[in-house]
Amino acid sequence: MAFTLRKDISDASRIINNSFYWTFISPFRGKPVRVRATISEMVKAGYNSVPIVAVISFFVGIILALQAAYQLKRVGALIYVANLVGVSLTRELSPILTAIIVSGRSGSAFAAEIGSMKAAEEVDALVTMGINPIRFLVSPKLIALMVMVPALTMLSDVIGISGGFLLSVSVLDMHPYNYYQQTINALLVKDVFTGLIKAWAFGMVITLVGAYQGFKVEGGAEEVGRRTTSSVVASIFLVIIFDLFFTMLFYYFT
Amino acid sequence: MQNTEHAIEVTGLRTWYGDREVLKGLTFTIPRGKTTVILGGSGCGKSTLLKHVIGLLKPSEGSIKFNGREITTLDEPEMDGVRGKMGVLFQGAALLNSLTIADNVALPIREHTRINEATLQIMVRMKLDLVGLSGFDHFYPSQLSGGMKKRAGLARALALDPEILFFDEPSAGLDPVTAAGLDELIMKLRDVFRMTIIVVTHELPSVFAIADYVIMLDKGQILFAGTLDGLRASDHPRIRMFLERKPEQQTYSPDDYFKVIAGE
Repeated sequence: MAFTLRKDISDASRIINNSFYWTFISPFRGKPVRVRATISEMVKAGYNSVPIVAVISFFVGIILALQAAYQLKRVGALIYVANLVGVSLTRELSPILTAIIVSGRSGSAFAAEIGSMKAAEEVDALVTMGINPIRFLVSPKLIALMVMVPALTMLSDVIGISGGFLLSVSVLDMHPYNYYQQTINALLVKDVFTGLIKAWAFGMVITLVGAYQGFKVEGGAEEVGRRTTSSVVASIFLVIIFDLFFTMLFYYFT
Repeated sequence: MQNTEHAIEVTGLRTWYGDREVLKGLTFTIPRGKTTVILGGSGCGKSTLLKHVIGLLKPSEGSIKFNGREITTLDEPEMDGVRGKMGVLFQGAALLNSLTIADNVALPIREHTRINEATLQIMVRMKLDLVGLSGFDHFYPSQLSGGMKKRAGLARALALDPEILFFDEPSAGLDPVTAAGLDELIMKLRDVFRMTIIVVTHELPSVFAIADYVIMLDKGQILFAGTLDGLRASDHPRIRMFLERKPEQQTYSPDDYFKVIAGE
């Protein structure tokens, strides 16, 4: 038990080290990252998630506005719905919702892709061709998610706030200009910015967990399935842990 | 380049999976320019041995020399240099499913050389023609049959004109006709390109067709190393069993059998 735990930790640290090396350092030593693969990963992980992220953010914006109105109406502070929707979305909900959607869509896909390549000896084949599998498989995904999770989070911010706006001006009878003005006044640049930093970190966590679980596959197809499931569970768990960490950090230091 | 007579020299190779000893001190040499078959039953350690020789696994003990150069102590960049002289055809061909056949074959060339696209395309077509897959450039691996996948995998293994070519169970999962076609291709490569070829297999018909030199493994040890005629003439009981396809006899005394079924 202690032996397997130690092995798991050393495997994980090797994958993390190598991923960072092949993504950030080796391009400056004449081994560039595969640009076309990166773009294709960006399309798969980012562009193709736009509809689901948009719909979910829109609904969450509406839900937040309704829940906020439920309490704020009683104290006659309905206008603060705008503050609550804007701040809680940008600081917290957009990054985490996006991260959960992306780990369900892309984190699991990474684990399944790398895992089935491992099971079919394709990873071994890459090594014998002198191609580093981390550079070939993980670096494009890492860059793609580091760019696309913040981008999706920004989209989620905008759509979530418009969801809250639409509900407030229709159901809650707020004046559109008041809502707009209140949101602008409530939101600080740092609210949006800390949300994006979180999203960037979540993107890395999701990629690295997917890659780790994929490379851990030793046997056949049933293990690929098991590893795929655990990659989703583990990446959502780690995303929440990182969220806690960043939220505390920003609470005290911004 | 022909500095030594032996392409590969292995001395005292030992390896453990956990606390099970898989390879128990193997010492052998593989002659240059010939076809060597590593033969043995399932679970005798022959695939593990292959993985050590191509540098995917590091042995617990012992040395492996490739062209007279020790490879067990090399780091990854140095090992990549050595791997440039090796081509490997894996059991399931191990083609990348997201790339076309042409891109699969072009992959090692793109990675290690800076050849312009037009020349690259010509090289890829030459390799595909060599294995009899002309015109299949734009197919994906999932659209090909098992035998064609293996041929495509072979074209990729040949992409960088290796000195030494490894085959892991080339005829596994193929019908006899397709397997014989692949054997013929292996012989052609040896005769025309003077490559050193190492085939890991347990298929007797293909052993008798292609082997110049045979290394037979049993339970992690070398049972026999020598020419094909030597293997045929051998009267070692395990070798006879293998060549005559006799099942392993399990004879228990009544007491032992009782212990087995009582789970002791």
